[in-house]
Amino acid sequence: MKAIIHIGLKPGVLDPQGRAISRSLNDLGFDEVVNARQGKVIEIDIKGKDTELAHKRVTNMCEKLLANTVIESYLVEIKK
Amino acid sequence: MRTAVITFPASNCDRDAAVALRKVTGIKPVMVWHRDTELPKDIEFVIIPGGFSYGDYLRCGAMASRSPIVADLVKKAKKGLAIAGFCNGFQVLTEAGLLPGALMRNKGLKFVCRPEKLEIINNTSRYTAKYNDQSEVVYPVAHHDGNYYADKETLNKIEGQGQVIFRYKDNPNGSVNDIAGICNEGGNVFGMMPHPERAIDPMHGGTDGIKLFKSIIESI
Repeated sequence: MKAIIHIGLKPGVLDPQGRAISRSLNDLGFDEVVNARQGKVIEIDIKGKDTELAHKRVTNMCEKLLANTVIESYLVEIKK
Repeated sequence: MRTAVITFPASNCDRDAAVALRKVTGIKPVMVWHRDTELPKDIEFVIIPGGFSYGDYLRCGAMASRSPIVADLVKKAKKGLAIAGFCNGFQVLTEAGLLPGALMRNKGLKFVCRPEKLEIINNTSRYTAKYNDQSEVVYPVAHHDGNYYADKETLNKIEGQGQVIFRYKDNPNGSVNDIAGICNEGGNVFGMMPHPERAIDPMHGGTDGIKLFKSIIESI
């Protein structure tokens, strides 16, 4: 199984990198861009077949290490 | 008095911290490696130094805050052990949950490296009691991720309880409320992005940092 974890800054937390990206896109002529938020994706290979259990365990990993829940939110996806 | 400095892979201010401690206590601190599971006995003050522990992988301070020695520090902090973190050390303390809030990428996206004027907001804390005759200090800053953030509720709490110890006069990184240094509710754990341990020698531009170390050492 593979766990794909999307981590990003919580709404309301200022993202200066996202703002720089959005400005650069505007400079390149992509006028439709009004906002960008930068995050990260972590992929983890996991032993076993129980997706429900994997989801629970990976959520625990996010709480314990992968995300800083003071500033970040996360989304866990499990793929067979 | 026995003191200690924790060294992680890619710590780079551990020696500066050791020199500062030796200058103030007269005794060399114990250098403790991050894989150690327990502080040596009789240690009464610990510094988590600046640097780029674990290459700043994942988030600044994230890996270091999960290392075996920090688990021991968390336990001992709850029993009142005095611990200070400067720069990366501050990031480690927030990541470990010993101090509220988080440090994010500087608002200007640039690494800032310069002497920084700070206002002492609370000079009755265990870390600032010796500054009773001055309201400002200059410590160097050198960081890329020093933008302090905490939600409104946390901010109200730490501002109301006198936990904000230092504020920037000219905010270099976008920190909320210009916060440069804070302590925990118990007053024993303290963290700041600027480097008091680099302000202890007149040859290096100033000695404003000495009183911070004297304050905490004499409070023990």
